Amino acid sequence: MFTDNNKQMTKKSGKEIGYLDMELLRFTTAGSVDDGKSTLIGRLLYDSKAIFEDQMEAIELASEKKGEDHVNLALLTDGLRAEREQGITIDVAYRYFATPKRKFIIADTPGHIQYTRNMVTGASTANAALILIDARHGVLEQTIRHAYIASLLQIPHVIICVNKMDLIEYKQDVFEKICQDTRDFAAKLDIKDVRFVPISALNGDNVVDRSKNMDWYDGPTLLFLLENIHIGSDVNHIDTRFPVQYVIRPQSDEFHDYRGYGGRIVSGILRKGDKIKVLPSGFSSSIKSIDIMNKSIEKAFAPQSVTITIEDDIDISRGDMIVKENNGPQIGQDIDTMICWLNEKPLVLKGKYAVKHTSKDVRCMVTDIKFKVDINTLERNVEDKVIGLNDIARISIRTTKPLFYDSYRKNRSTGSLILIDEATNETVGACMIV
Amino acid sequence: MENYNLKHLHELEAESIYVIREVASQFEKPVMLFSGGKDSIVMFYLARKAFWPAKVPFPLMHIDTGHNFKETIKFRDDLAKKTGAKILVQYVQDTIDEGKVTEEKGINASRNILQTTTLLDAIEKYKFDAAMGGGRRDEEKARAKERFFSHRDEFGQWDPKNQRPELWNIFNGRKNMGEHFRVFPISNWTEMDVWQYIYMENIEIPNLYFTHEREVFYRDGVWLAAAPFMELKPNEKIEKRRVRCRTIGDITCTGVTLSSASSLEDIIQETAATRVTERGGRYDDKRSEAAMEDRKKEGYF
Repeated sequence: MFTDNNKQMTKKSGKEIGYLDMELLRFTTAGSVDDGKSTLIGRLLYDSKAIFEDQMEAIELASEKKGEDHVNLALLTDGLRAEREQGITIDVAYRYFATPKRKFIIADTPGHIQYTRNMVTGASTANAALILIDARHGVLEQTIRHAYIASLLQIPHVIICVNKMDLIEYKQDVFEKICQDTRDFAAKLDIKDVRFVPISALNGDNVVDRSKNMDWYDGPTLLFLLENIHIGSDVNHIDTRFPVQYVIRPQSDEFHDYRGYGGRIVSGILRKGDKIKVLPSGFSSSIKSIDIMNKSIEKAFAPQSVTITIEDDIDISRGDMIVKENNGPQIGQDIDTMICWLNEKPLVLKGKYAVKHTSKDVRCMVTDIKFKVDINTLERNVEDKVIGLNDIARISIRTTKPLFYDSYRKNRSTGSLILIDEATNETVGACMIV
Repeated sequence: MENYNLKHLHELEAESIYVIREVASQFEKPVMLFSGGKDSIVMFYLARKAFWPAKVPFPLMHIDTGHNFKETIKFRDDLAKKTGAKILVQYVQDTIDEGKVTEEKGINASRNILQTTTLLDAIEKYKFDAAMGGGRRDEEKARAKERFFSHRDEFGQWDPKNQRPELWNIFNGRKNMGEHFRVFPISNWTEMDVWQYIYMENIEIPNLYFTHEREVFYRDGVWLAAAPFMELKPNEKIEKRRVRCRTIGDITCTGVTLSSASSLEDIIQETAATRVTERGGRYDDKRSEAAMEDRKKEGYF
């Protein structure tokens, strides 16, 4: 027999049944074990009760086997056999925890330069970046690198955690100097919101609970920041872009004439009745309905997945884009992008690659390599045109068909694309349109 | 000022629907793996949402070990009838009869690992180029490393150290002949999200998830359901307890929890209070520290 859920349930308020409507914050952490990154994540997970008894038991056992004195919290995030054996993070690992205020997805990435591509991957979907600085060492090359990646990938919020404050006797002037040094180089970057928190991940100072050792600090704790940073404006709600992903044609008796366009509103808002334009055809029409299963809604906004129907019978297919009549993207085939190269085989100038951009598949040729960025010093190098694994550069491409795009700075969805090696099918380049 | 903040369940839903539609667009012959557990039920519900009012444009496939809770099979068949979904059932018993795998022997014998061969055979037989699964990253540490679109070579193997980078929401499903993809549309959901969503959307689930009286026995810290094909150790005895399933899988390796939770609210509260992961009751994961990673490399779900 079926269990009839209707009978079992009397709807209670969200609070009683575990917070049905929380905000979701995705953040990335870059750093190595030496920075205390794993300890910090371990503490966030542990103090928010996201580590379970059997997980704890398993890592206690594993730590013991490796002959370590302490329970090694890094074993929680290092999920692959090779990572545990070598004691390093190789790949992006995703972790989840929740507080009564928000749900969190952590993209935990390795911090060394040879893993830049993993950092870029983790950063691509993040609302916030946590950058760890060891208070004893201050701003290092890797700090600049991590901040640069956050800036390049346009992560809206950056939280600089000055860690190991316990090892410098919780001195205010050391913290202040690190803040100043960071601000100095961050001025050269494109970061909208930078915060600083002095912490000791090991002792828990200012991570979840306020530190008793730093009376001079009256700012928020790290968790308070993560719970309260305003993320409502992180999504572009101005420029409406709806890449058509899938055409829905039931061809059943009941829905004989139904022709819906499935897709995700990547930015902006759509309302029933809105005047729209379809790219590339340029035909105009208006929104007849916005459907989510058997109900129609008046408006939908990014990042919702919906099905829309339009008033006029126009030929629309996957790869087309629906936009508002008075606010369109750029349309073109010659595109300048920043690129992070993800593959051992270097980028080939004049080489041809497959391109994925929103729901559109085209091909392109790399027409120019303008400069390479030294991500430790932020200097541009116009001489060295060899773009290998983990390199970041500015290039020009020409696509076989026009793309409907915006600058990455304005729109993280229509401003991003990937390059694929047509022989191996591997994703080789991550591009941000300039 | 209107509020345009999408709350977590809606955001997760939007992401999963996007992924499922991407599968239907990028692949020629996708399939959705269906176990009858809550995760695959939610995944299938999302698929119906993704294509409504059209039918889901791919079949479901159940890899049946033959060691089931009978309630699961009834639920599966009823769901197919109600939604008009096409469900292919592939039997591990057939793979054993064909002599391709040998049944494990002894006390902890399970057909869990044998499923891999049946699954890979079915993928080859039907020429499926993408198989969607209800795996979640929060379930297990090897799964935490999994991509949404996860490439499998011509032997169905996963190479965790050489995964394609996955950036933004751009999914690369390109492959060579004979290769396929495993896709995990609910990667970012936690156990709690799944329960909250079932509650919010009022999704039907098998009554095994609610408290009921059952014959069980205790082994190595886990309560297991008694069944004819389960061999008992001398010191183990069958007793009746009020239990519920936290996960539903093969009966030989799915632990049950002592619980009096009789409604979805009770389950949500129990999930919030529990201090053990849901796979803590899964015997298949306890075999070694890298049990899941090893199975996945071979082609497991």
